[in-house]
Amino acid sequence: MIPALLETQALCRSFGALQVANNVDFRLEAGARHALIGPNGAGKTTFVNLLTGVIAPSSGRVLLDGEDVTRLAQARRVQRGIARTFQINQLFRGLTVLENVCIAVAERMRAGGGMLRPAGRRTHVVDEAARVLETLRLSADAGRRVSELPYGRQRLVEIAIALGLAPRVLLLDEPAAGIPSAESHILLDAIAGLPRDIAVLIIEHDMDLVFRFAQRITVLVSGTLFAEGTPAEIAGNREVREVYLGAARDG
Amino acid sequence: MSALPALQALAARHRLRWWEALPWAAGVACFFLFPNYLAFGTQVLVTILFALSLDLVLGYAGIVTLGHAAFFGAGAYTVGMLAAHWGWTEPLSGLVAAALVAGVVGLLSGWVLLRTHGLTLLMLTLCTMALLEQAANMFSSWTGGFDGMPGLSYRPILGLFEFDVLYFRSQYLYALAVLLLCFAVVRTLAYSPFGRSLTGIRENVLRMHAVGAPVHARQVTAYAVSAALAGVAGAVFVQATGYVNLAVLGLERAAGVLIILILGGHGRLYGAFVGAVVYMVLEHTLSKAYPTAWQLGLGIGLMLVALYARNGLLGLGDALRRRWSAR
Repeated sequence: MIPALLETQALCRSFGALQVANNVDFRLEAGARHALIGPNGAGKTTFVNLLTGVIAPSSGRVLLDGEDVTRLAQARRVQRGIARTFQINQLFRGLTVLENVCIAVAERMRAGGGMLRPAGRRTHVVDEAARVLETLRLSADAGRRVSELPYGRQRLVEIAIALGLAPRVLLLDEPAAGIPSAESHILLDAIAGLPRDIAVLIIEHDMDLVFRFAQRITVLVSGTLFAEGTPAEIAGNREVREVYLGAARDG
Repeated sequence: MSALPALQALAARHRLRWWEALPWAAGVACFFLFPNYLAFGTQVLVTILFALSLDLVLGYAGIVTLGHAAFFGAGAYTVGMLAAHWGWTEPLSGLVAAALVAGVVGLLSGWVLLRTHGLTLLMLTLCTMALLEQAANMFSSWTGGFDGMPGLSYRPILGLFEFDVLYFRSQYLYALAVLLLCFAVVRTLAYSPFGRSLTGIRENVLRMHAVGAPVHARQVTAYAVSAALAGVAGAVFVQATGYVNLAVLGLERAAGVLIILILGGHGRLYGAFVGAVVYMVLEHTLSKAYPTAWQLGLGIGLMLVALYARNGLLGLGDALRRRWSAR
């Protein structure tokens, strides 16, 4: 079998007696549009933290391009192309939108520690950041302070920072969380327009978004892989509907 | 392209503005206007430099420390002991030695301390300073102990300008020149990608980790540079006054510089200037006018600033200007 772009093998993690990841074998293929769903407390965000190296697994392995990255620190994995966004905005609120992305781009280009030349004169960094804003249609807000933006736009900045890292794998942790429905189309468009060469794993509660976006869906329940398949397979899976989708899709 | 104004703003941000000449013009003007106050003026300049060094860690990197006088003291004792024990009285190389010693102390203590944050970090910075203070007290054959080392004298600056014991003329200009040089360093750092990444760490450390930044290394670097600059401030203080004692390492100095920076406005380069001048001039005049109750006036003033001008006097100026232009 050819190695997946990102893969976990028998990944386990427990906090005391609580098993938050239980023998998870998961594959994310290159260029995938993959969704991870599951009820609250299923361990979805923990799974993202395991993939990105924020927490270490109790046992099991994480492979990127067939290479074992289980022991690599978070920063190393970012350099190898794993980027993430956060369920709750983690932005540089006092800085402008452009600067938020510049910080990420500078780190990716290994220019973040430069002490002499002013940041504003590093044109390759600034131009790249402007290009990212362009793809997310955020250019008009480039000069505005993040804290002044409406929440929906702030969610886009979350994604812009991650894209500034030129990732191969993008992990979106509930990108639509907290966005009023009137604004959610901005985010849907942005996610639909992500470059095809990036493999995207989206964790989401909004089933409309999941079924519109995903070509493959994984269901996680109590830290265990419960089901996996195409959207049609998952929607037709009676156990999944009982466990997770519940009355919302039945009725 | 609609992003253009934002790009231009970013590309122009680090440029010198006309008003940035004002502090230096004022500094030179004071030399001619107040020839009898140059000893006091030298103290103000040293304090500005000390507060500026603190701004790099507190204002930019968001590292809250109560022990910054440890590095002021390290620099001060370096030039003091070099002069007293080895006759090393050349001032400029003394500054370099002070910067090195204080920088190394900052590097080592920062490497250990900056794994913690919040109150733990605050207490540990305080403890580090207390340790150094006790060391200076105990090893009295080297440091002069409680009495310190009085009567130090230094060779002329560049071999030309004698230290002026009576009127502090050369000391004042010397301190002004050193301040200008150190300010150039801090300003360059503040606008560099390194400085921006410190701001990123202050604004959201979780995100800095997630974009792959070596957070701890950046913090330790900033801490060491800041310590070196604080050491230079301490060294100028000793060279100018000709004595060093335990007060250079005390909590009073550490807390004082913190108050000064917050009073002026942190994270904005010129807060150190405004804070030091306002605080020290108030202290000077109030203590003369009301020798018994002057601290009360200063305290009330600081409370007003803390309550109504959270971003310091410069922040207050910004708010007033915004209100003015909104009309």
